[in-house]
Amino acid sequence: MVIRLARGYRTQAERTVGSRVFTAQGLTKVYGSGDVEVRALNDVNFEIDAGEIVVLLGPSGSGKSTLLNIMGGLDQATSGHLFYRDTELTTLSDRALTFYRRERVGFVFQFYNLVPSLTAYENVALVTHLSKRPLAPADALALVGLEGRLDHFPAQLSGGEQQRVAIARAIAKRPEVLLCDEPTGALDSKTGIRVIEALLTASAELRTTTLLITHNAAIQSVADRVFFFADGRISRIAANDTRTSAAELTW
Amino acid sequence: MVIAVSMLDTKLLRDFGRLWPQVLAIALVIAGGVASLVLSVGSFRSLDETRAAYYERNRFADVFATVQRAPLTLVDSIAKIPGVAAAEARISKLALLDIENFLEPATGLFISLPRGGAPALNIPYLRVGRYPAPGSADEVMVSDAFAKAHGLVPGDSFSAILNGRKRVLTIVGTALTPEFIYAIGPGDRMPDNRRFAIIWMPERALASAYGLQGAFSSVSIKLLRNASEAEVIDRLDALLDPYGGDAAYGRKDQTSHAFLEHGLDMLRSMSSTIPPIFLLVTAFLINLVLSRLVALEREQIGLFKALGYGNGAIAGHYIKFVLGVAVFGIAVGSVAGTWLGVYVTGIFGEFYQFPFLVFAESADVYLLGAALSLAAAIAGAFRAIREIVALPPAVAMQPAAPPRYGHILPGWLSLDRILSQPMMMTLRGLGRRPLRSILTATGIALATAILIVSLFTADAIEQLVDVTYFMADRQDASIGFVQKEPAGIVMQVARLPGVLAAEPIREVPARIRSGNVERRVSISGRTRGADLSRIIDTDLQPVVLPETGLAISAYLAGILGVNVGDTVELDLLEGQRRTVTVPVAALVEDYFGIRAVMDASALARLMREAPSTNGANISLDASRTEDLYAAIKAMPVAAGLALQDTTLANFRRSLAITITTMAGIYTGLAAIIAFGIVYNSTRISLSERARELASLRVLGFTRWEAMRILLLELVILTLVAQPPGWLVGFGLAWIMKTRLAGELMRVPMIMQNLTYAIASAIIIAAAVASALVVARRVAGLDLVAVLKTRD
Repeated sequence: MVIRLARGYRTQAERTVGSRVFTAQGLTKVYGSGDVEVRALNDVNFEIDAGEIVVLLGPSGSGKSTLLNIMGGLDQATSGHLFYRDTELTTLSDRALTFYRRERVGFVFQFYNLVPSLTAYENVALVTHLSKRPLAPADALALVGLEGRLDHFPAQLSGGEQQRVAIARAIAKRPEVLLCDEPTGALDSKTGIRVIEALLTASAELRTTTLLITHNAAIQSVADRVFFFADGRISRIAANDTRTSAAELTW
Repeated sequence: MVIAVSMLDTKLLRDFGRLWPQVLAIALVIAGGVASLVLSVGSFRSLDETRAAYYERNRFADVFATVQRAPLTLVDSIAKIPGVAAAEARISKLALLDIENFLEPATGLFISLPRGGAPALNIPYLRVGRYPAPGSADEVMVSDAFAKAHGLVPGDSFSAILNGRKRVLTIVGTALTPEFIYAIGPGDRMPDNRRFAIIWMPERALASAYGLQGAFSSVSIKLLRNASEAEVIDRLDALLDPYGGDAAYGRKDQTSHAFLEHGLDMLRSMSSTIPPIFLLVTAFLINLVLSRLVALEREQIGLFKALGYGNGAIAGHYIKFVLGVAVFGIAVGSVAGTWLGVYVTGIFGEFYQFPFLVFAESADVYLLGAALSLAAAIAGAFRAIREIVALPPAVAMQPAAPPRYGHILPGWLSLDRILSQPMMMTLRGLGRRPLRSILTATGIALATAILIVSLFTADAIEQLVDVTYFMADRQDASIGFVQKEPAGIVMQVARLPGVLAAEPIREVPARIRSGNVERRVSISGRTRGADLSRIIDTDLQPVVLPETGLAISAYLAGILGVNVGDTVELDLLEGQRRTVTVPVAALVEDYFGIRAVMDASALARLMREAPSTNGANISLDASRTEDLYAAIKAMPVAAGLALQDTTLANFRRSLAITITTMAGIYTGLAAIIAFGIVYNSTRISLSERARELASLRVLGFTRWEAMRILLLELVILTLVAQPPGWLVGFGLAWIMKTRLAGELMRVPMIMQNLTYAIASAIIIAAAVASALVVARRVAGLDLVAVLKTRD
């Protein structure tokens, strides 16, 4: 099938590593209204370059997930601007956002969100067609170390394995952006480290811009930069001169 | 895209596998609706076309008349009446039969066969053997049903009293005829194949037995297309009048045709009342169930959106799912409906003695059933999908926000403290989604209602039997006379062995008219103080007839648009054929035919005749019935004896075949639909609340305690749904009663409390069965898995 591109963002061929990928200006998200109004994001500003690995760190309710959802086109901002390259995501229609997600973004969620009635292989195959030059599902699964579990259903996999299937599914379409919301949140440390390892390997292999939400301060050392969140704002941005490898992590 | 389609389709197939009990239950609901439509319309059309083909092939006449004795030369004049395509004269006479080893007196209607053998109109359909030889004196052909009832075959003999002389007749063949598909003997209300026979005899033999050489006593006419039946009847009456003709009548007043028409009418009324109700109910139910089922997929829909699937692709996936369910249901329903239709058509065909059956092709019925079911299914899915895709995917992927709970009642009432914890959870659960609770209760109420409307006919028939046979016509038997006799003959009847009491019956054919509405009726003359056969008014009280004036069926009064105190015009179709005006004195509650009753002496005055009688109602000493049979067989004036018990038994048997079969099938389908809806409601509730229940289990609730929360919801919804279900059921039954009403038969509007109880019991049984199935699921709930999969 020919994927019709919605107007408003560029094709894969125009992509260049090193250029600016995201620009946020005064990004704000308000839930509810009146007495029960909650400012989940409050005037957030940042820039992220292609190939960067950014860790978002902060307590629950500080706005990390809200930001990630808006960046991934899963939710709409209340005000402010968010640019993906030259395209202003905050003005895109639902349909255009669908194409943006389909072609540019890979997601990894805390609770895997695998389709329980499909095998590991099939869960990955679910997305590979959406991209023009996807990885073969088996290759994507090999990249996260699951080459031996292609035919297993989610219920037959451990939590870590399920999360690695989710990573394989996210990277299989060679996304430009990989958005991970607490990918290790439901996992023990040993399994969590394996998952981070898989994530970094895949991200490096495909030179993907990666954003990673975590509660876990230990993980920040794998990032190029760390955004610290508090009360819906980015309170501080720290840059790591040297990144540690996943294998060196402990928590 | 190839891969994607196959992945989503793979999910689709696995979903079917995973949800098979629900898929099956929903499919059964759809199948019930579709089957009821296919069955009823299919069988009605098949019977209608069979009858039409039978009439056509065997040249069933359009107009009929009987006459005392008219010369055969008159037939030429009859044939020349404008509009007449063919006219055929014949001799037809009622006579008592004497069959070996059969004590009851049976009656034969003897019909002459022309010299050439087969008649040109009302052609008998030869089943076995041959036509009697034209010159033979004792060869006859008998109706097939009568032969079968007595095990008679060609070569067997029986006796008949023809014109007072006993004759031994030999059967050479058996036949069916479109003229007596419904063969009702004199004085009977129902066909009794043992006691009534159609007997074809060569004209010469019959003419010589009755001294009717060169004459006829009955004429049949086939009309040209576009001919005016009324005009032909008027001219025919004028021609026959000098020869003692009774008023001619069209097919509408021909007994067999009228009864058959009524039977088909009832089938048509049922098929145009119940299946649409079923279909609408199932459409509502599948819409309800499928929208809830799709709503359960909320998180997966959110995921598909996050992965980049468009709304169209997601909607397409779920629509494929509901289409799969619907198509499965439609297929099962079509096959089952066709099978049931063929079965019912076969039963009816056998009952009516059709020589063959034509199965009507009814593609439109299948299409209608399928289209309605598909539309309902898709609409249900759409409703749910639209709500979910409207959510941003980030929101859809999360479980729905915890709903806002409130106290059930204001604090000062503080029922909250009185109710148990599980009851509280259940009530708040129901209250937080009032629309869903109302819709589910409505679904259960409708399931109750369709059960009630299916069960209603049985109640109605019992009431009909009660009023007709135990309140109104309380005689043990009726004797019919060959012709009109002086009223004094009843004294003779009263002296017959075993007769305890006898009352004369006088029947005068008439046309009753008000304005330009006219019906053919029989006016019954009743002697003052008659106690065996009584008149029951619309309040179910016996009525004493006034000395003048007419009591008519309430239904007839409705047709004529008259009430007590109004006058009607009567054309008396016997004797001097006077037209008179009489007041309506009372309305009668009766369920068979339309009738008019008046005081016997008043009727005699109207007829300007001495008190006369066509028969007698009698009460019997049961121990002496055999003596009575013998005495009646020896009584030349008697045309037949109808036993009330036998009539009632035949009535029940005939209803068992017609109405009860259909009602039984409908009840079965209604029960399946009811089970489907209750099971699905429970099953979906379990899915919706799996986490809540698992949490309770984790907190230390026992299985039973967790289960109780779910069951309480089911119990409350089921119980709350019953009273509205009864109400709707009563309403639907009333609609059906109104549509079943006809001039030949009506059913009373009566609903036994037991019917409500049975309907509710079936629903509750379905609920219990569903609860048991679901209980196993609660027991098998994987606590950790349920809790760890989402936040």
